[in-house]
Amino acid sequence: MTDQSGPNGEGRPKREMQDFEKVLDQSATDVASFHNRDRTLVASVQHILHANPTLVPVIVLIVSVLVFGAIANNFFTPFNISLIIQQVTIIGILGVAQTLIILTAGIDLSVAAIMVLSSVVMGKLAVNFGIPAPIAIIIGFAVGALCGAINGLLVTRLRLPPFIVTLGTWSIFFALNLWYSESQSIRSQDIDATAPMLKWFGERIDILGFQFTTGSFLMLFLFALFWYLLNWTPWGRHVYAVGDDAEAAGLSGIRVNRVLTSVYVIGGFLCAIAAWAAIGRVGSVSPQSFQEGNLDSITAVVIGGCSLFGGRGSIIGTLIGALIVGVFRSGLNLSGVDVLWQDFAVGLLIIIAVAIDQWLRKVSA
Amino acid sequence: MAETLTPVLQANKLVKRYGRVTAMDHADFELYPGEILAVIGDNGAGKSTMVKSLCGAVVPDDGQILLDGQPVHFTTPIDARDKGIEIVYQNLALSPALSIADNLFLGRELFRGGLLGKTFRMLDKKRMKAFARDKLTELGLLTIQNIDQLVETLSGGQRQGVAVARAAAFATKFVIMDEPTAALGVKESRRVLDLIKDVQARGMAIVLISHNMPHVFEVADRIHIHRLGKRHAVVRADEISMSDAVAIMTGALEPPAEIARPEGATLH
Repeated sequence: MTDQSGPNGEGRPKREMQDFEKVLDQSATDVASFHNRDRTLVASVQHILHANPTLVPVIVLIVSVLVFGAIANNFFTPFNISLIIQQVTIIGILGVAQTLIILTAGIDLSVAAIMVLSSVVMGKLAVNFGIPAPIAIIIGFAVGALCGAINGLLVTRLRLPPFIVTLGTWSIFFALNLWYSESQSIRSQDIDATAPMLKWFGERIDILGFQFTTGSFLMLFLFALFWYLLNWTPWGRHVYAVGDDAEAAGLSGIRVNRVLTSVYVIGGFLCAIAAWAAIGRVGSVSPQSFQEGNLDSITAVVIGGCSLFGGRGSIIGTLIGALIVGVFRSGLNLSGVDVLWQDFAVGLLIIIAVAIDQWLRKVSA
Repeated sequence: MAETLTPVLQANKLVKRYGRVTAMDHADFELYPGEILAVIGDNGAGKSTMVKSLCGAVVPDDGQILLDGQPVHFTTPIDARDKGIEIVYQNLALSPALSIADNLFLGRELFRGGLLGKTFRMLDKKRMKAFARDKLTELGLLTIQNIDQLVETLSGGQRQGVAVARAAAFATKFVIMDEPTAALGVKESRRVLDLIKDVQARGMAIVLISHNMPHVFEVADRIHIHRLGKRHAVVRADEISMSDAVAIMTGALEPPAEIARPEGATLH
C-alpha cells in the first residue's frame, strides 16, 4: 500500500468537486468572517442596548432624577438625596445577593427571610444572652450562610427549581424566625445599652451637607467588590456561563454544582451582612420587618436589566435599579401623589424592564 | 520503508454494557498522528459510545486505552482534556452570552502575574484576547473586528469556527469532532470542511464523526466503519467508493480482510 495518510494528506489526489457542489465554486467564501452589516436605526439601538444592558436603567435613572427634580420642590436637597440612599441601602445589599442568584437563572424568594432570621439571631444572642457583639454577629453570618447552603443543596442535589425551593424556605426561615424570637422585637434602647456595635452601620457621616450612613458605604463597597468578582475572576465568568447554558458550561469543564452552591452560600452570607446593616438602619430588631424585601430585591435586579433567564445583566444595573425605585418613591411622595401610585409606578417599571429584556434577547446576528 | 508510526490513541477490546444491551462489544480503535479518521456507522451501531469512551464521557466496563502507548483511564471529559484531547461537541458547548475570548478560555482562564493573579484571582483579559485573536487568525477565521463580540451574535458557521478554534488551540494529542457539519447549510459546511483540513495541516490528528458521506470522503484519510458494537472495517477513503462503504456499514457487503493502516504503522 502506498502512504497516503501523511500529516498533511500529501500525495493524495485532489478530489474532484462533487456535482452538487459545483455551484459553490464561485460563491462567496467569507461566511465565517465577522463584519457589521448595514442596519436600520431600530436594529442599531437594539444592538447597542444588547451589548450594554445597563444603559437602559442608567437612562431611566437620569431622566427620572431630572423630571422629579423639576416637579418636586424639595427633591434636590441634600436631605432628600441622603434619605433616598439610606432607604436604598438594605434592598441594595439584598439585591447583590439576588443578582448573583438570578445570573445563574435562579431566583431567591427567601433573601429577606434569611436577613430577618440572621438579625434576630444577632440581636437575641447579643442583647438577651449577653454574648459579645462581635461573636453574635459572626454567628449571625454563619446562620445566613447556612440558610443559603440549604437553598443551594436543595437546588443542586435534589434538582428542585430555585423558585419552589426558596418559596418553601421563605416560609420555613420565617417560621424559625418567629419561633426563635418568640415574636418579640428587641428595643433600640436595649441594643444601645448592651451591644451598640450592632448599630454600627447606622452611624451617620456628614459630607458636604449630605448625611450618609456607614451602611451606605458598606453597600457601595459590596457592589464594587462583586463587580470585580463577576467581571475579573474566573468564578464570575463561571457564574455567567452556568446561568447562560449549564450544560455547555459543564462540557467546558466548569463544575456547575459547585458554582451554584457557592452562589447560594455567598447570597445567604450577604443577607446576613444586610441583617447587620438593617439593625443600624431601623435601630431595633423586629421579626416582622422587611417582609416586602424579598420582592423588592427582585424588583431592583429586574429594573437593573438582569435577565430572569440567567447569564445576562450586570451588578451595577442592580444598584441603578434600586436607586430608580428609591427615586420614584421619593419623587412621587414629594410631588404629593398618593402612596398607592408609587406601587403602581414600580409595577409598571418591572413590566417595562422585562419587556425590554425580551426584546433584546431576540437580537439578530 | 518509512519510519515506524505508532498510534496516538489505541483502544483494545473495549466493552460497555447497559443492562442487557451491549453497546460496545470488544471494539478496537486506532488513530495515527496527523491523520483524519472518520468514524461512520448506522444509528445504534455504538460509534457514539465508543467515541465517548475515548474522551471520558463514558467509562468502559472492560478493555484498554493507550494514549501514546501509556494506559489511561478517563472518568470525565475533563480528564481527557487535561491530557490534550479536545472535543467539538455537536451542540458546540459554547456560552452564547459570553464573548468569543471568554468562551475560548472558559474553565482554563489565564491569570495576571504577581499579587493580582495569585491573591485576587484577577483575569489577564489582555493576554486572553490576544491569544484568541491569534488563534482565529491562524485558522483564517478573522476578519474579526471585535473579539469581545458575544457568541450569540454569530452565525452557525461562525460559532462552529469558534468551537473548532478552541479545540485546535488547546489540543496537544488530537481533536474529536462530533457531526461538525450537521447543523450547517451547504456553504457553511464547505467552510468548516476547509477549516478541518487547516487544523490537520497544522499536524493535528482528528477523529471525525459524521453521517454525511460526501463530507467524510472529502476530508478523511481513513474510515473506521463501526457495526454491531465493534470495529467492522477500516478502509482508505481513496480506495473505496461511497456506496461500497455504505454497503459495508449496513452489512450488505463483506468488509476487506485487512485493516487499512498508514505505511509503517505498528501497534503498541
